[in-house]
Amino acid sequence: MLLLELFYTFFKIGLFTFGGGYAMLPLIQEEVIAHGWLSMEELVDFVAISESTPGPFAINISTYVGAETAGVLGSLAATMGVVLPSFIVILIVAKFYVKFKNSRAVSGVMYGLRSAVVGLMACALWGMLPTVFFHSTPVAWSAVLKPEFLCTAGIFSAAVVAALKKVSPILIIVCSAAAGIACGLIFL
Amino acid sequence: MPIKERLKKALRLFLIFLKIGAFTFGGGYAMIPLIEYETTEKRKLIEKEEISDIVAIAESTPGPIAINSATFVGYRTAGVLGAAAATLGVVLPSFVIILLIAFFLRHIMDNRIVQYAFFGIRAGVLALIVKAVVSFWKRAEHNVFSWCVMVAAFLWAAILDWNVIALIALCGLAGFVYCLVQRKRGAMQ
Repeated sequence: MLLLELFYTFFKIGLFTFGGGYAMLPLIQEEVIAHGWLSMEELVDFVAISESTPGPFAINISTYVGAETAGVLGSLAATMGVVLPSFIVILIVAKFYVKFKNSRAVSGVMYGLRSAVVGLMACALWGMLPTVFFHSTPVAWSAVLKPEFLCTAGIFSAAVVAALKKVSPILIIVCSAAAGIACGLIFL
Repeated sequence: MPIKERLKKALRLFLIFLKIGAFTFGGGYAMIPLIEYETTEKRKLIEKEEISDIVAIAESTPGPIAINSATFVGYRTAGVLGAAAATLGVVLPSFVIILLIAFFLRHIMDNRIVQYAFFGIRAGVLALIVKAVVSFWKRAEHNVFSWCVMVAAFLWAAILDWNVIALIALCGLAGFVYCLVQRKRGAMQ
């Protein structure tokens, strides 16, 4: 039953994501791509779409994957799935939130998770590299001299500098799109 | 609180979070200042001091920051009904917009210019994720323990390709044990 599977998968993703946003990417890669609901390329494209539309990444990605696999009902199932764990946990926590806030157990667990998330996000990045730079897995090193690779490398380096200088993500996406069109028309 | 007043508060929460959901780009953390402005300065629904609690709790419970903070503010203001209203409000704009986009995207993806645009965008997105890694790195603790966890998490998920959920559980446990040991050591000295 596809709807139930969507609900259950996104419930798991919602339950095990801490910090939200890109911290979910490794789990999404593991669950959504493994199910064949999205390719790595589509996931990268969708990150861009999510950055350029309002709202949290979690909701955007679950709505999108749901819609792509099972239409409107699918997006309802996936979005309910990703929201429900938060909703339930927060309702419980809100009742004893002073205790929760001062709990040593919670702060210890979070201490470990904050570091884990850095490694996991680096992992998400690692997983996207072959798709973005080589358009293929496994990586064909001979592609390094092709115009596709050089254009990607150029846009990527400029965008990293801009991103670290806190240029707005939307502006970065718009400029990368323009650069992509220019590269495409000239070299490809 | 009488039911009528509760409903009124829930409706107000729904509208506030609908607005927040519709106008924040970049998700979770970008929403916090808006939530602060709308719920404390403009409407006095919660106390200003509570904002830092909201962030702390949203960060240390599972799920997206945006959903966690909406549910929390809603609950503090008008109970379970308020929590449901605020959460529905923050979700709805994304849901509708993305449904529309999902519908259109398939039709424009065949266009050559759109494909070139996405060719460039993918490189840009990678850069945004690099930046996200850097800012999470800055927010994490910096000592031998946390560096080991970072490296182990990367190797586990990227190279060994083992289960991510198991890893998250293990890292939480490791953090808990580490903090316990640190405290014991501190108490002994």
